[in-house]
Amino acid sequence: MRSIRNFIHQLKAYPSAVVGLCIIAFMVSLSIYAVIKIPYSEAIRLWKGGENVWTENPRNARPAWFNLFYKEKQPVTIVFKTTENPELKTVTDLGNGIAAQDMVFEFDYQYDGFPTELSLFFTSSFASARPNVNIKWITPDGREIPMQNMSLRASEAYRISQDTRLPRRLNGALPEKGLFADPADPDKVLKGTYKLVVEGMVFEPGASIDATFVVYGKLHGFAGTDHMRRDIGVALLWGAPVALSVGLVVAVGTSLTTMCLAACAVWFGGWVDWIIRRINEIVMILPLLPILIMIGLFFSRSIIVMMGVTALLGIFGGGILSYRSMFLQTKTSGYIEAARAYGASNLRIIFRYMIPKVIPVLIPGFVTQVPNYVFLEATLSVLGLGDKDLPTWGKLLNDAYSEGALLTGHFYWVVEPAVLLILTGFGFAMVGFALDRIFNPRLRGL
Amino acid sequence: MLSIETARERAVQARRRSSGNLWRITKYGLVKGTTLLITVVIAVYLTILVANMGGYVDEMRKSELRFQIDQQINQNEDLRTLTAQEKKAYADEVYQVRAKQLGLDQHFIIRSIRYLWNGLSLQLGTAHNLTSDSGSRYVRNIIGERLGPTLLVMATSQLLLFFSAMFFALFLSRRYGSRLDRLVVAMAPTSAAPAWFYGIFLIMIFAAVLRWLPFGGMIDAPPPPTLWAKIGSILKHLILPVSASVASSFWLSSYYWRTFFLIHSSEDYVDMAKAKGLTDRAIERRYVLRPTLPTIITSFAMTLIGLWTGAIVFETVFNWPGLGRLTQQAINVFETPVIVGVTVIYAYLLALTLFLLDIIYAIVDPRVKLGGGANGS
Repeated sequence: MRSIRNFIHQLKAYPSAVVGLCIIAFMVSLSIYAVIKIPYSEAIRLWKGGENVWTENPRNARPAWFNLFYKEKQPVTIVFKTTENPELKTVTDLGNGIAAQDMVFEFDYQYDGFPTELSLFFTSSFASARPNVNIKWITPDGREIPMQNMSLRASEAYRISQDTRLPRRLNGALPEKGLFADPADPDKVLKGTYKLVVEGMVFEPGASIDATFVVYGKLHGFAGTDHMRRDIGVALLWGAPVALSVGLVVAVGTSLTTMCLAACAVWFGGWVDWIIRRINEIVMILPLLPILIMIGLFFSRSIIVMMGVTALLGIFGGGILSYRSMFLQTKTSGYIEAARAYGASNLRIIFRYMIPKVIPVLIPGFVTQVPNYVFLEATLSVLGLGDKDLPTWGKLLNDAYSEGALLTGHFYWVVEPAVLLILTGFGFAMVGFALDRIFNPRLRGL
Repeated sequence: MLSIETARERAVQARRRSSGNLWRITKYGLVKGTTLLITVVIAVYLTILVANMGGYVDEMRKSELRFQIDQQINQNEDLRTLTAQEKKAYADEVYQVRAKQLGLDQHFIIRSIRYLWNGLSLQLGTAHNLTSDSGSRYVRNIIGERLGPTLLVMATSQLLLFFSAMFFALFLSRRYGSRLDRLVVAMAPTSAAPAWFYGIFLIMIFAAVLRWLPFGGMIDAPPPPTLWAKIGSILKHLILPVSASVASSFWLSSYYWRTFFLIHSSEDYVDMAKAKGLTDRAIERRYVLRPTLPTIITSFAMTLIGLWTGAIVFETVFNWPGLGRLTQQAINVFETPVIVGVTVIYAYLLALTLFLLDIIYAIVDPRVKLGGGANGS
């Protein structure tokens, strides 16, 4: 207990370690929050679910909090659903099974920017006679713009922004601009209450129409969306537990195995030592990244396989040599002699006497290795070899890069995952460096 | 008279000792060289196994060949009169001959050993799909074409990094505890991010926002007409990659070398030299740099080998036409000969460097015991 308190006291002497620990604590709580808020299956559904999951999100939208810095406020997405708000729909029975189902979507538009898209999605139930709708737009200054008259299939989408006839009625302006423009100044938004009126008509008893009206904004959520309308926030949140577990598991796994192998090599000596050193030399010659890429391409991209191979190759390398030289010194110390004299078994000597001696060197070593593996996952993802299902920071970077986010100015898409990656990396590196200076007597005070 | 006798005797003994030393170094070198060679063979063989997917790539080539032959026969006007059966028999025959020509009829184990021998004897052969920019299919030419750009960017950045960090560290170790020194210690963790990562940020700032420098590539397209304009264009494209790799490792390298020099300047003999009143420069040269020379040589040699392979992601991010990107392209189109070629050359260079380092150590560093032993290298 005292030694722990002592240790914490020592750690406090390094401000970078305190900062690093805070960052790690933040990342850990972010991961826990992510896993509780969005369970694994939900995360996969949100990330891989297909068009239906994202269809109500705007494309390439920036984070919503950007409005705090904009002088001209940009719109966020407005969604109306008659299934969720039945009061938007009024049904009047006209007899003979014919009924008018009118929907009015009324909203107050107070933004300075135009929306990016407008869409109406219909779902209707009927036996044989298709329902009919007449759609019109009413601006705050009372102008009425007829839009479309159509008969509906079971599911129908009217993409207002892609209606080629509409611009003719709007002096040639694109629908999402023309519908909102001030007639006096077509580049300005006319603020006020807009109405989209859908006059529906069903021709059978029991038939009904439901509609979803979406005014796609320019901003979305706390992280924005990507080119497929996916919420980047999901990947940002879920990237944290993935990065932390990859980094920690691989780093701890490799350092412990490396240490045990080095201890065995030194203790048993002879051919065990010889074999371990030869394997080490072979692995040092193997090019790690090309091998990983080949395995990703030919065999499996699952994060478990990739990180397993990384760990397997990471066990060997420079680390085993430095542990080996440390164990060589330990092997000759008096207490090992004593242990051998009282008849301790090989395993007991290795695990009770030799390994505990080098743990102080091990801990800073593996903490500084964590960022390497976190970035290795990102590296593989940037090469297009990320895990198929999991949303990760590296895959966000890959998407952003392959969609030319830097060329088109969608900087948020690159910066958000990059900042989280760099925070994680710095956090562990800062703590690792401080630990190294505390535990390594030669560095103490340097 | 007597003193001359003893002097002669001493000289003979010394010669005997030195020839013994020479023999020991040769023996040591032979043992080391053989084990390294075996290591290279095994490492290259493992790469060949992975790069062929344990024989699967050849299965793909076989079915590709079969498909080609079938198509050729079907399109051949002269063979139109043959029945389907005859056509098939003819196709089988052609296939057998072609497969034998390509060596595809042998079992994969035999073929893999042949690949191994070809690779090790540097008969890199021809590529299946990739060609060099000048249209050559020889792996030698494909690799050679990419070597220049990789060496250009890697050598510029790594050599700049190595020497600037080392001399900066030497300077810092004299000013231990100063504000600059503490800054380096504080900045060292920033190297946790790799160079390509800094590259993305630099591209975003200098290419996307400020529009001062190009996004990537090695030269403007189309290339400028005069030689000087070409050099200028290449230099402009070099700025961002070099800055990215220097930014990512400069602080850590400085920190590492500084700590290393500090540890070595706290040795007793350095204090002794200080007490004797030697100048800082003399102390540095004779008592700090000289004992640390083996480490510096190793580090420099490893830097030199590192130049060669290039960095896959780094070159991808900067769209740099180097070996790293070639490796990735080769992997994407299952181009085994190119992958094996790059790996073999890398393995040879690495093994050769390790071997030379061992020998240099044995000569330079009296602490290294020759001929193995309990704590042999």
